[in-house]
Amino acid sequence: MGSNQNILVKLNEAGFSLNNKWLVKGVSLQVEKGKIVTLIGPNGSGKSTTAKIALGIYKKIDGSVEKYTNKVGYVPQKISIDWTLPLRVNDFMVLTESISNDLIDEALSLTGVIHLKDKNLGDLSGGEFQRVLLARAISKKPELLVLDEPVQGVDFTGEIALYELIKKISDELNCGILLISHDLHTVMSATDHVVCLNGHVCCSGSPIDVAKNNEYKALFGEQASQILSRYEHRHDHIHTSEGEIKKN
Amino acid sequence: MLDDFFIRALIAGIGVAIVTGPLGCFVVWRRLSYFGDTLAHSALLGVTLAYSMEFNIAFSVFIISSLIALTLIQLQKRTNLPGDALLGLLAHSSLAIGLVVIGFLSFIRFDIMGLLFGDILAVTVDDLLIIWIGGALILLVLKLIWKPLFASTVNYELAEAEGLNPDRAKALFTILMAAIIAISIKMVGLLLITGMLIIPAAMARNISSSPQKMVMYSIIGGLLSVILGLFSSLEFNTASGPSIIAASLFLFILSLLNIKQSIKLKN
Repeated sequence: MGSNQNILVKLNEAGFSLNNKWLVKGVSLQVEKGKIVTLIGPNGSGKSTTAKIALGIYKKIDGSVEKYTNKVGYVPQKISIDWTLPLRVNDFMVLTESISNDLIDEALSLTGVIHLKDKNLGDLSGGEFQRVLLARAISKKPELLVLDEPVQGVDFTGEIALYELIKKISDELNCGILLISHDLHTVMSATDHVVCLNGHVCCSGSPIDVAKNNEYKALFGEQASQILSRYEHRHDHIHTSEGEIKKN
Repeated sequence: MLDDFFIRALIAGIGVAIVTGPLGCFVVWRRLSYFGDTLAHSALLGVTLAYSMEFNIAFSVFIISSLIALTLIQLQKRTNLPGDALLGLLAHSSLAIGLVVIGFLSFIRFDIMGLLFGDILAVTVDDLLIIWIGGALILLVLKLIWKPLFASTVNYELAEAEGLNPDRAKALFTILMAAIIAISIKMVGLLLITGMLIIPAAMARNISSSPQKMVMYSIIGGLLSVILGLFSSLEFNTASGPSIIAASLFLFILSLLNIKQSIKLKN
Protein backbone atom coordinates (compact mmCIF):
# COMPACT_ATOMS: atom_id res chain seq x y z
CA MET A 1 0.00 0.00 0.00
CA GLY A 2 1.60 3.19 -1.20
CA SER A 3 5.20 4.23 -1.49
CA ASN A 4 7.64 3.88 1.34
CA GLN A 5 8.01 7.60 1.95
CA ASN A 6 4.51 7.82 3.34
CA ILE A 7 4.96 5.17 6.00
CA LEU A 8 4.99 6.58 9.53
CA VAL A 9 5.16 3.39 11.52
CA LYS A 10 5.45 -0.22 10.46
CA LEU A 11 5.12 -3.37 12.54
CA ASN A 12 6.75 -6.55 11.24
CA GLU A 13 5.48 -9.73 12.88
CA ALA A 14 5.49 -7.83 16.16
CA GLY A 15 4.50 -9.50 19.41
CA PHE A 16 4.75 -8.87 23.14
CA SER A 17 4.70 -11.31 26.02
CA LEU A 18 4.35 -10.73 29.72
CA ASN A 19 5.05 -13.43 32.32
CA ASN A 20 5.44 -16.04 29.58
CA LYS A 21 2.04 -15.25 28.14
CA TRP A 22 1.63 -13.70 24.72
CA LEU A 23 -0.55 -10.60 24.83
CA VAL A 24 -0.36 -10.31 21.08
CA LYS A 25 1.72 -12.08 18.48
CA GLY A 26 2.67 -11.81 14.83
CA VAL A 27 1.12 -8.42 14.07
CA SER A 28 2.11 -6.76 10.83
CA LEU A 29 0.59 -3.45 9.89
CA GLN A 30 1.59 -0.02 8.73
CA VAL A 31 0.21 3.47 9.17
CA GLU A 32 0.72 5.96 6.37
CA LYS A 33 0.33 9.70 6.11
CA GLY A 34 -3.29 10.77 5.76
CA LYS A 35 -4.61 7.27 6.40
CA ILE A 36 -6.68 5.92 9.25
CA VAL A 37 -5.98 2.38 10.39
CA THR A 38 -8.48 0.98 12.86
CA LEU A 39 -7.83 -1.89 15.23
CA ILE A 40 -10.89 -3.85 16.26
CA GLY A 41 -11.28 -6.98 18.32
CA PRO A 42 -12.83 -8.31 21.50
CA ASN A 43 -11.60 -7.40 25.00
CA GLY A 44 -8.14 -8.74 25.68
CA SER A 45 -7.40 -9.25 22.00
CA GLY A 46 -4.25 -7.12 22.18
CA LYS A 47 -5.41 -3.84 20.66
CA SER A 48 -3.87 -1.55 23.28
CA THR A 49 -0.76 -3.74 23.40
CA THR A 50 -0.36 -3.37 19.64
CA ALA A 51 -0.69 0.41 19.98
CA LYS A 52 1.96 0.45 22.70
CA ILE A 53 4.28 -1.64 20.56
CA ALA A 54 3.82 0.85 17.71
CA LEU A 55 4.54 3.73 20.09
CA GLY A 56 7.70 2.16 21.45
CA ILE A 57 6.38 1.96 25.02
CA TYR A 58 7.03 -1.77 25.05
CA LYS A 59 10.65 -2.33 24.15
CA LYS A 60 11.31 -6.03 24.65
CA ILE A 61 9.24 -7.18 21.73
CA ASP A 62 9.23 -9.98 19.26
CA GLY A 63 9.58 -8.95 15.61
CA SER A 64 10.34 -5.33 14.86
CA VAL A 65 8.92 -1.82 14.70
CA GLU A 66 10.07 0.81 12.26
CA LYS A 67 9.07 4.29 13.33
CA TYR A 68 9.70 7.14 10.92
CA THR A 69 8.41 10.06 12.93
CA ASN A 70 8.93 11.58 16.34
CA LYS A 71 5.94 13.89 16.16
CA VAL A 72 3.48 11.65 17.93
CA GLY A 73 0.21 12.37 19.71
CA TYR A 74 -1.15 9.67 21.99
CA VAL A 75 -4.49 9.25 23.71
CA PRO A 76 -4.11 6.25 26.04
CA GLN A 77 -7.05 4.06 26.95
CA LYS A 78 -6.43 4.29 30.65
CA ILE A 79 -4.72 7.18 32.31
CA SER A 80 -4.23 7.52 36.00
CA ILE A 81 -3.10 10.94 37.06
CA ASP A 82 -1.88 11.52 40.55
CA TRP A 83 -3.74 14.38 42.18
CA THR A 84 -0.81 15.30 44.40
CA LEU A 85 -0.01 17.41 41.36
CA PRO A 86 -1.80 20.71 41.05
CA LEU A 87 -2.45 20.50 37.33
CA ARG A 88 -4.78 22.67 35.27
CA VAL A 89 -5.99 21.82 31.77
CA ASN A 90 -3.68 24.55 30.50
CA ASP A 91 -0.62 22.93 32.14
CA PHE A 92 -1.62 19.53 30.81
CA MET A 93 -1.78 20.84 27.24
CA VAL A 94 1.94 21.67 27.23
CA LEU A 95 2.98 18.48 29.02
CA THR A 96 5.20 16.97 26.36
CA GLU A 97 5.77 19.93 24.06
CA SER A 98 5.68 23.67 24.54
CA ILE A 99 3.08 24.98 22.14
CA SER A 100 1.71 28.46 21.64
CA ASN A 101 -1.36 29.72 23.43
CA ASP A 102 -3.18 30.06 20.09
CA LEU A 103 -2.66 26.38 19.30
CA ILE A 104 -3.87 25.41 22.76
CA ASP A 105 -7.03 27.48 22.35
CA GLU A 106 -7.61 26.14 18.85
CA ALA A 107 -7.36 22.51 19.94
CA LEU A 108 -9.53 22.99 23.02
CA SER A 109 -12.14 24.76 20.90
CA LEU A 110 -12.16 21.94 18.34
CA THR A 111 -12.95 19.37 21.01
CA GLY A 112 -15.41 21.72 22.70
CA VAL A 113 -13.70 22.24 26.04
CA ILE A 114 -12.17 25.71 25.74
CA HIS A 115 -14.25 26.85 28.72
CA LEU A 116 -12.38 24.38 30.93
CA LYS A 117 -8.93 25.79 30.19
CA ASP A 118 -8.21 27.08 33.69
CA LYS A 119 -9.94 24.27 35.53
CA ASN A 120 -8.10 21.76 37.63
CA LEU A 121 -7.71 18.45 35.80
CA GLY A 122 -9.05 16.58 38.82
CA ASP A 123 -12.35 18.45 38.66
CA LEU A 124 -13.29 17.31 35.16
CA SER A 125 -15.86 14.63 34.39
CA GLY A 126 -14.82 11.51 32.49
CA GLY A 127 -16.11 12.79 29.16
CA GLU A 128 -14.62 16.26 29.64
CA PHE A 129 -11.25 14.72 30.47
CA GLN A 130 -11.44 12.55 27.38
CA ARG A 131 -11.99 15.66 25.24
CA VAL A 132 -8.99 17.32 26.88
CA LEU A 133 -6.87 14.23 26.19
CA LEU A 134 -7.82 14.38 22.52
CA ALA A 135 -7.19 18.13 22.37
CA ARG A 136 -3.74 17.64 23.85
CA ALA A 137 -2.86 14.96 21.32
CA ILE A 138 -3.94 17.03 18.30
CA SER A 139 -2.72 20.43 19.49
CA LYS A 140 0.91 19.70 18.66
CA LYS A 141 0.00 18.91 15.05
CA PRO A 142 1.49 15.42 15.13
CA GLU A 143 2.40 13.31 12.12
CA LEU A 144 1.17 10.18 13.85
CA LEU A 145 -1.86 10.02 16.12
CA VAL A 146 -2.50 6.94 18.21
CA LEU A 147 -5.98 7.02 19.66
CA ASP A 148 -6.94 4.25 22.05
CA GLU A 149 -10.70 4.48 22.42
CA PRO A 150 -10.57 8.27 22.25
CA VAL A 151 -14.27 8.93 22.83
CA GLN A 152 -14.99 6.65 25.77
CA GLY A 153 -17.42 8.31 28.16
CA VAL A 154 -18.25 11.09 25.71
CA ASP A 155 -21.95 11.77 25.12
CA PHE A 156 -23.61 10.48 21.94
CA THR A 157 -23.67 13.65 19.87
CA GLY A 158 -20.17 14.47 21.06
CA GLU A 159 -18.97 11.06 19.98
CA ILE A 160 -20.08 11.61 16.38
CA ALA A 161 -18.65 15.12 16.35
CA LEU A 162 -15.31 13.90 17.68
CA TYR A 163 -15.06 11.11 15.11
CA GLU A 164 -15.77 13.66 12.40
CA LEU A 165 -13.08 15.83 13.93
CA ILE A 166 -10.61 12.96 13.87
CA LYS A 167 -11.35 12.40 10.17
CA LYS A 168 -10.95 16.11 9.52
CA ILE A 169 -7.62 16.23 11.33
CA SER A 170 -6.36 13.29 9.34
CA ASP A 171 -7.19 15.16 6.12
CA GLU A 172 -5.99 18.61 7.16
CA LEU A 173 -2.74 17.66 8.84
CA ASN A 174 -2.21 14.73 6.51
CA CYS A 175 -1.29 12.74 9.60
CA GLY A 176 -1.62 9.01 9.98
CA ILE A 177 -3.97 7.69 12.63
CA LEU A 178 -3.92 4.40 14.45
CA LEU A 179 -7.38 4.14 16.00
CA ILE A 180 -8.72 1.63 18.46
CA SER A 181 -12.44 1.44 18.88
CA HIS A 182 -15.25 -0.84 19.89
CA ASP A 183 -17.82 1.19 18.08
CA LEU A 184 -18.14 -0.32 14.62
CA HIS A 185 -20.90 2.08 13.53
CA THR A 186 -19.15 5.33 14.04
CA VAL A 187 -15.64 4.32 13.21
CA MET A 188 -16.09 2.82 9.82
CA SER A 189 -17.10 5.98 8.01
CA ALA A 190 -13.56 7.21 8.12
CA THR A 191 -11.40 4.13 8.25
CA ASP A 192 -9.16 3.26 5.33
CA HIS A 193 -7.89 0.00 6.69
CA VAL A 194 -9.22 -2.31 9.37
CA VAL A 195 -7.15 -4.78 11.34
CA CYS A 196 -9.15 -7.30 13.27
CA LEU A 197 -7.21 -8.67 16.23
CA ASN A 198 -7.73 -11.64 18.47
CA GLY A 199 -4.32 -12.23 19.99
CA HIS A 200 -3.09 -12.27 16.40
CA VAL A 201 -4.27 -10.61 13.20
CA CYS A 202 -7.37 -12.57 12.31
CA CYS A 203 -8.08 -10.55 9.19
CA SER A 204 -7.38 -7.15 7.73
CA GLY A 205 -8.27 -5.00 4.77
CA SER A 206 -10.85 -2.40 3.81
CA PRO A 207 -13.97 -2.26 6.02
CA ILE A 208 -16.01 -3.98 3.34
CA ASP A 209 -13.47 -6.76 2.88
CA VAL A 210 -13.21 -7.40 6.59
CA ALA A 211 -16.98 -7.52 6.92
CA LYS A 212 -17.12 -10.35 4.40
CA ASN A 213 -14.40 -12.30 6.14
CA ASN A 214 -15.56 -15.48 7.82
CA GLU A 215 -13.19 -15.18 10.74
CA TYR A 216 -14.53 -11.72 11.42
CA LYS A 217 -18.08 -13.04 11.33
CA ALA A 218 -17.12 -15.80 13.75
CA LEU A 219 -15.59 -13.28 16.12
CA PHE A 220 -18.20 -10.55 16.03
CA GLY A 221 -21.32 -12.30 14.76
CA GLU A 222 -23.42 -11.90 11.67
CA GLN A 223 -25.01 -8.67 12.84
CA ALA A 224 -21.71 -6.88 13.16
CA SER A 225 -20.85 -7.97 9.69
CA GLN A 226 -23.99 -6.31 8.36
CA ILE A 227 -23.19 -3.09 10.18
CA LEU A 228 -19.81 -2.95 8.57
CA SER A 229 -20.80 -3.84 5.04
CA ARG A 230 -23.84 -1.62 4.72
CA TYR A 231 -22.18 1.31 6.36
CA GLU A 232 -22.92 4.59 4.68
CA HIS A 233 -22.15 8.03 5.98
CA ARG A 234 -25.35 8.32 7.95
CA HIS A 235 -26.14 7.60 11.56
CA ASP A 236 -29.65 6.23 11.25
CA HIS A 237 -29.24 3.55 13.85
CA ILE A 238 -30.21 3.41 17.47
CA HIS A 239 -27.26 3.60 19.74
CA THR A 240 -27.02 1.54 22.86
CA SER A 241 -24.48 2.94 25.23
CA GLU A 242 -21.90 1.00 27.06
CA GLY A 243 -20.42 2.41 30.22
CA GLU A 244 -20.62 5.97 31.29
CA ILE A 245 -22.54 8.45 29.16
CA LYS A 246 -22.91 12.00 30.29
CA LYS A 247 -25.21 14.70 29.04
CA ASN A 248 -23.82 18.14 28.51
CA MET B 1 31.38 39.64 56.52
CA LEU B 2 31.91 35.97 55.76
CA ASP B 3 33.90 35.73 58.99
CA ASP B 4 30.69 35.72 60.92
CA PHE B 5 29.53 32.11 61.28
CA PHE B 6 25.92 33.20 61.33
CA ILE B 7 26.16 35.04 58.01
CA ARG B 8 27.86 32.00 56.53
CA ALA B 9 25.07 29.75 57.82
CA LEU B 10 22.46 32.10 56.40
CA ILE B 11 24.06 32.18 52.96
CA ALA B 12 24.42 28.40 53.03
CA GLY B 13 20.82 27.91 54.13
CA ILE B 14 19.47 30.22 51.44
CA GLY B 15 21.44 28.30 48.82
CA VAL B 16 20.09 24.99 50.09
CA ALA B 17 16.48 26.24 50.22
CA ILE B 18 16.52 27.46 46.61
CA VAL B 19 17.52 23.97 45.47
CA THR B 20 15.36 21.90 47.83
CA GLY B 21 12.26 23.88 46.73
CA PRO B 22 11.88 22.43 43.21
CA LEU B 23 13.47 19.05 44.07
CA GLY B 24 11.11 18.72 47.03
CA CYS B 25 8.12 19.21 44.74
CA PHE B 26 9.23 16.24 42.67
CA VAL B 27 9.81 14.21 45.84
CA VAL B 28 6.19 14.89 46.84
CA TRP B 29 4.78 14.35 43.33
CA ARG B 30 6.68 11.15 42.72
CA ARG B 31 6.21 9.83 46.30
CA LEU B 32 9.91 9.58 46.93
CA SER B 33 10.11 10.71 50.55
CA TYR B 34 11.25 7.33 51.82
CA PHE B 35 13.75 7.13 48.97
CA GLY B 36 15.16 10.47 50.14
CA ASP B 37 15.41 9.09 53.66
CA THR B 38 17.33 6.07 52.43
CA LEU B 39 19.86 8.21 50.60
CA ALA B 40 20.22 10.44 53.66
CA HIS B 41 20.84 7.47 55.95
CA SER B 42 23.48 6.17 53.63
CA ALA B 43 25.13 9.59 53.84
CA LEU B 44 26.51 8.69 57.27
CA LEU B 45 28.64 6.04 55.61
CA GLY B 46 29.82 8.69 53.16
CA VAL B 47 30.75 11.01 56.03
CA THR B 48 32.74 8.37 57.88
CA LEU B 49 34.61 7.43 54.75
CA ALA B 50 35.39 11.10 54.16
CA TYR B 51 36.83 11.39 57.67
CA SER B 52 38.85 8.22 57.49
CA MET B 53 40.37 9.12 54.13
CA GLU B 54 40.56 12.86 54.73
CA PHE B 55 38.32 13.43 51.77
CA ASN B 56 35.79 16.18 51.10
CA ILE B 57 32.55 15.30 52.93
CA ALA B 58 30.08 16.55 50.31
CA PHE B 59 31.88 14.71 47.54
CA SER B 60 32.14 11.50 49.51
CA VAL B 61 28.45 11.61 50.49
CA PHE B 62 27.50 12.25 46.87
CA ILE B 63 29.44 9.18 45.72
CA ILE B 64 28.06 6.87 48.40
CA SER B 65 24.45 8.08 47.99
CA SER B 66 24.65 7.67 44.22
CA LEU B 67 26.00 4.13 44.67
CA ILE B 68 23.14 3.30 47.03
CA ALA B 69 20.64 4.69 44.51
CA LEU B 70 22.13 2.59 41.72
CA THR B 71 22.15 -0.47 43.98
CA LEU B 72 18.48 0.09 44.65
CA ILE B 73 17.66 0.22 40.96
CA GLN B 74 19.57 -3.05 40.39
CA LEU B 75 17.88 -4.75 43.36
CA GLN B 76 14.47 -3.69 42.07
CA LYS B 77 15.21 -5.42 38.79
CA ARG B 78 16.62 -8.61 40.32
CA THR B 79 14.40 -9.38 43.29
CA ASN B 80 10.69 -9.66 43.90
CA LEU B 81 10.85 -7.73 47.16
CA PRO B 82 8.59 -4.68 47.37
CA GLY B 83 10.18 -1.26 47.00
CA ASP B 84 9.74 -0.17 50.60
CA ALA B 85 11.41 -3.33 51.95
CA LEU B 86 14.41 -2.73 49.68
CA LEU B 87 14.57 0.90 50.78
CA GLY B 88 14.48 -0.14 54.44
CA LEU B 89 17.16 -2.73 53.83
CA LEU B 90 19.48 -0.22 52.21
CA ALA B 91 18.72 2.62 54.62
CA HIS B 92 19.36 0.70 57.81
CA SER B 93 22.23 -1.44 56.61
CA SER B 94 24.12 1.56 55.29
CA LEU B 95 23.39 3.47 58.50
CA ALA B 96 24.59 0.50 60.54
CA ILE B 97 27.77 0.10 58.52
CA GLY B 98 28.39 3.82 58.89
CA LEU B 99 28.07 3.55 62.67
CA VAL B 100 30.30 0.46 62.81
CA VAL B 101 32.96 2.29 60.82
CA ILE B 102 32.73 5.20 63.26
CA GLY B 103 33.48 2.69 66.03
CA PHE B 104 36.73 1.75 64.32
CA LEU B 105 37.72 5.38 63.88
CA SER B 106 38.09 6.01 67.61
CA PHE B 107 41.12 8.20 66.97
CA ILE B 108 38.94 10.82 65.26
CA ARG B 109 36.59 12.95 67.29
CA PHE B 110 33.14 12.87 65.74
CA ASP B 111 30.41 15.35 66.31
CA ILE B 112 27.60 12.82 65.84
CA MET B 113 24.90 15.28 66.89
CA GLY B 114 26.16 17.77 64.32
CA LEU B 115 26.06 15.13 61.60
CA LEU B 116 22.58 13.98 62.46
CA PHE B 117 20.97 17.35 63.09
CA GLY B 118 23.14 19.94 61.39
CA ASP B 119 25.61 22.40 62.83
CA ILE B 120 25.74 25.98 61.67
CA LEU B 121 29.03 26.53 63.44
CA ALA B 122 30.61 24.00 61.11
CA VAL B 123 29.78 25.82 57.85
CA THR B 124 33.02 27.03 56.24
CA VAL B 125 33.62 29.27 53.24
CA ASP B 126 34.51 26.12 51.27
CA ASP B 127 31.10 24.71 52.16
CA LEU B 128 29.48 27.86 50.81
CA LEU B 129 31.23 27.34 47.50
CA ILE B 130 30.13 23.71 47.38
CA ILE B 131 26.53 24.63 48.18
CA TRP B 132 26.24 27.46 45.67
CA ILE B 133 28.19 25.91 42.80
CA GLY B 134 26.72 22.46 43.43
CA GLY B 135 23.27 23.98 43.84
CA ALA B 136 23.56 25.90 40.58
CA LEU B 137 24.59 22.70 38.78
CA ILE B 138 21.66 20.78 40.30
CA LEU B 139 19.20 23.47 39.17
CA LEU B 140 20.73 23.56 35.70
CA VAL B 141 20.37 19.80 35.24
CA LEU B 142 16.86 19.92 36.68
CA LYS B 143 15.92 22.62 34.19
CA LEU B 144 17.27 20.50 31.34
CA ILE B 145 15.34 17.38 32.36
CA TRP B 146 12.25 19.24 33.58
CA LYS B 147 10.02 18.44 30.61
CA PRO B 148 10.55 14.65 30.47
CA LEU B 149 10.68 14.36 34.26
CA PHE B 150 7.49 16.31 34.78
CA ALA B 151 5.66 14.64 31.89
CA SER B 152 6.57 11.17 33.14
CA THR B 153 5.53 12.16 36.66
CA VAL B 154 2.09 12.93 35.25
CA ASN B 155 1.99 9.87 33.01
CA TYR B 156 4.92 7.65 32.09
CA GLU B 157 3.40 6.20 28.93
CA LEU B 158 2.50 9.57 27.45
CA ALA B 159 6.06 10.77 27.98
CA GLU B 160 7.53 7.60 26.52
CA ALA B 161 5.12 7.49 23.55
CA GLU B 162 5.78 11.10 22.61
CA GLY B 163 9.54 10.65 22.58
CA LEU B 164 10.71 12.27 25.83
CA ASN B 165 12.99 9.50 27.18
CA PRO B 166 11.63 9.45 30.76
CA ASP B 167 14.02 6.70 31.93
CA ARG B 168 17.06 8.88 31.41
CA ALA B 169 15.35 11.77 33.22
CA LYS B 170 14.54 9.50 36.15
CA ALA B 171 18.13 8.26 36.42
CA LEU B 172 19.45 11.83 36.36
CA PHE B 173 16.92 12.89 38.97
CA THR B 174 18.19 10.12 41.26
CA ILE B 175 21.69 11.56 40.94
CA LEU B 176 20.32 15.03 41.74
CA MET B 177 18.78 13.65 44.92
CA ALA B 178 22.15 12.29 46.00
CA ALA B 179 23.70 15.67 45.19
CA ILE B 180 21.25 17.75 47.21
CA ILE B 181 21.77 15.49 50.22
CA ALA B 182 25.51 15.86 49.85
CA ILE B 183 25.45 19.65 49.80
CA SER B 184 22.87 20.18 52.52
CA ILE B 185 24.11 17.66 55.09
CA LYS B 186 26.05 20.21 57.16
CA MET B 187 23.13 22.61 57.34
CA VAL B 188 20.23 20.35 58.12
CA GLY B 189 21.85 17.12 59.24
CA LEU B 190 21.25 13.75 57.66
CA LEU B 191 18.20 12.77 59.72
CA LEU B 192 16.26 15.85 58.70
CA ILE B 193 17.18 16.46 55.05
CA THR B 194 14.04 14.75 53.77
CA GLY B 195 12.01 17.11 55.96
CA MET B 196 13.66 20.06 54.24
CA LEU B 197 12.65 18.54 50.90
CA ILE B 198 9.09 17.57 51.77
CA ILE B 199 7.66 20.06 54.25
CA PRO B 200 8.04 23.28 52.20
CA ALA B 201 6.74 21.42 49.12
CA ALA B 202 3.78 20.06 51.09
CA MET B 203 3.08 23.56 52.38
CA ALA B 204 3.22 24.86 48.80
CA ARG B 205 0.81 22.16 47.59
CA ASN B 206 -1.81 23.47 49.99
CA ILE B 207 -1.79 26.95 48.52
CA SER B 208 -0.99 26.51 44.83
CA SER B 209 -3.06 25.84 41.74
CA SER B 210 -0.34 25.04 39.20
CA PRO B 211 2.99 23.20 39.23
CA GLN B 212 4.98 26.38 38.59
CA LYS B 213 3.34 28.13 41.53
CA MET B 214 3.96 25.14 43.74
CA VAL B 215 7.69 25.24 42.93
CA MET B 216 7.80 28.98 43.61
CA TYR B 217 5.96 28.76 46.94
CA SER B 218 8.09 25.79 47.90
CA ILE B 219 11.25 27.86 47.41
CA ILE B 220 9.78 30.79 49.33
CA GLY B 221 8.67 28.45 52.11
CA GLY B 222 12.15 26.94 52.29
CA LEU B 223 13.78 30.39 52.44
CA LEU B 224 11.46 31.56 55.21
CA SER B 225 12.08 28.32 57.12
CA VAL B 226 15.85 28.75 56.89
CA ILE B 227 15.76 32.39 57.98
CA LEU B 228 13.27 31.81 60.81
CA GLY B 229 15.00 28.61 61.86
CA LEU B 230 18.50 30.01 61.92
CA PHE B 231 17.54 33.11 63.88
CA SER B 232 15.74 31.03 66.47
CA SER B 233 18.66 28.60 66.53
CA LEU B 234 20.92 31.53 67.40
CA GLU B 235 18.44 32.95 69.89
CA PHE B 236 17.65 29.73 71.77
CA ASN B 237 20.94 27.92 71.17
CA THR B 238 19.25 24.98 69.45
CA ALA B 239 20.62 22.79 66.64
CA SER B 240 20.14 24.37 63.22
CA GLY B 241 18.47 21.44 61.46
CA PRO B 242 15.60 20.89 63.92
CA SER B 243 15.05 24.65 64.18
CA ILE B 244 14.70 25.00 60.40
CA ILE B 245 12.39 21.98 60.16
CA ALA B 246 10.27 23.25 63.07
CA ALA B 247 9.96 26.61 61.30
CA SER B 248 8.84 24.86 58.09
CA LEU B 249 6.28 22.89 60.07
CA PHE B 250 4.97 26.19 61.42
CA LEU B 251 4.54 27.45 57.83
CA PHE B 252 2.84 24.21 56.86
CA ILE B 253 0.29 24.67 59.64
CA LEU B 254 -0.35 28.23 58.42
CA SER B 255 -1.00 26.87 54.92
CA LEU B 256 -3.62 24.52 56.37
CA LEU B 257 -5.50 27.54 57.72
CA ASN B 258 -5.49 28.90 54.19
CA ILE B 259 -7.16 25.72 52.92
CA LYS B 260 -9.92 25.99 55.49
CA GLN B 261 -10.56 29.58 54.44
CA SER B 262 -10.78 28.74 50.76
CA ILE B 263 -13.15 25.86 51.46
CA LYS B 264 -15.35 28.27 53.38
CA LEU B 265 -15.25 30.70 50.47
CA LYS B 266 -16.35 27.97 48.05
CA ASN B 267 -19.37 27.17 50.18
